[in-house]
Amino acid sequence: MSNPSRTDTEPTSGGPVVQLEKVNKHFGALHVLQDIDLQVARGEVVVVLGPSGSGKSTLCRAINRLETIDDGTIHIDGKKLPEEGKALARLRADVGMVFQSFNLFAHKSILENVTLGPIKVKGVRKAEAEKLAMELLERVGVANQKDKLPAQLSGGQQQRVAIARALAMRPKVMLFDEPTSALDPEMIQEVLDTMVGLAKEGMTMIVVTHEMGFARKAADRVVFMADGQIVEQATPTEFFTNPQSDRAKDFLGKLITNH
Amino acid sequence: MDNYLSIFTEYNIPGALWVNIQLTFFAAIGALVLGTILAMLRISPVASFAAIGTSYVNIIRNTPLTIIILFGVLALNGQLGLNLGGGFQENFFRLAIMGLAIYHAAFVCEAIRSGVNTVPLGQAEAARAIGLAFMPAARMVILPQAFRGAIVPLGNVLIALIKNSTVAAVGSVSIEASSVMKDMLDVRADIVIPIFLTFAAGFVIIVIPVGLLTTWLSKKLAVSR
Repeated sequence: MSNPSRTDTEPTSGGPVVQLEKVNKHFGALHVLQDIDLQVARGEVVVVLGPSGSGKSTLCRAINRLETIDDGTIHIDGKKLPEEGKALARLRADVGMVFQSFNLFAHKSILENVTLGPIKVKGVRKAEAEKLAMELLERVGVANQKDKLPAQLSGGQQQRVAIARALAMRPKVMLFDEPTSALDPEMIQEVLDTMVGLAKEGMTMIVVTHEMGFARKAADRVVFMADGQIVEQATPTEFFTNPQSDRAKDFLGKLITNH
Repeated sequence: MDNYLSIFTEYNIPGALWVNIQLTFFAAIGALVLGTILAMLRISPVASFAAIGTSYVNIIRNTPLTIIILFGVLALNGQLGLNLGGGFQENFFRLAIMGLAIYHAAFVCEAIRSGVNTVPLGQAEAARAIGLAFMPAARMVILPQAFRGAIVPLGNVLIALIKNSTVAAVGSVSIEASSVMKDMLDVRADIVIPIFLTFAAGFVIIVIPVGLLTTWLSKKLAVSR
């Protein structure tokens, strides 16, 4: 499983970190992703907005093949996403994923959650993996919980551990699939603050969220999806002040009346 | 009363039950190993692996244990000359263990699969997302949680196995409890019912702690979510 030839300082291609071309996916009769083209440059923070059922979560999950696609191509840092096997596992190691429901390994301690990937996938020595894990846990503010089990932590703490777990693989891009949607309101901010910090450090991020505040503060680009299509892409300022499409105007209008 | 008590000096009843415990012990290890492999085959994304696991379970689970053990003795040993070594008695003992393990592996497989169903899909997705392939993800993330969720059904399989170890009698294991009981019934027709009750009680005494232990373990090892 471990591949000692791989290092953290692996040279990267100059092109986009994530590139989707003509990606299509159906769930039965539902055409959930329609001819999706998307490029994400190194260091770019892309926030994907859109109403429920617009396909934004599916898009996010397709990028590391937790959802298969029917046709089209997905490249991660110039490498085509493999369909199966070890090559796919290797590429997934380069793509960090943060889920709505945290999905921390329920039977492992916080520290073990963060060290499992580096030790078992990258072959990092245990002591070294623990040192890195403690740095990351320190950074997300949960280092003092390292020996607890996930269920003993609050939702916000669990999600920050999940971010640390993904970062421990030193990913080329981080995917966030509605990372704050399962959190109590008072815990949303601590997770968003962690994400804003990451964005400022230059991490390449694709964030599916309903948090408009995060989009305004941290996004380089907003991608607006509806009915399986990318309807509009713009900088946050442009998107929020001057949306072009009716769907986006409608979406933003509902947000304003709701708040 | 003395008449009844004399059976304990004439026959080694605890010794006979001890043979069943030994049969159970070794068959349980075999069934656990084989059943775990079968469960991994059945949850594997590779369709042909899953088909092998499913076929095994459907064939073995639906075949009477008596037939499996007799097949071991009369077909594998008698016709095909399979000899598991260790002398005449020991060979039958080992064949019985093999039959018990093969049969109960199908049930262990299904118990573990029910345990896998207690593990949320997100656990597997998270394991895959950090780059673990199917086997390491199964070994380090899914199965450890699945076993903890399968303790009670696994305990039930073990309880069934303890009692089913008496079927070794048809496989010429003449020193196990039900064979010894049959011998006793042949000579001591005056106390048939007490003999039955004695062996029934012997098994109940062996099985009750297993039930208590699995209930306790399932609470102690439950994965909190």
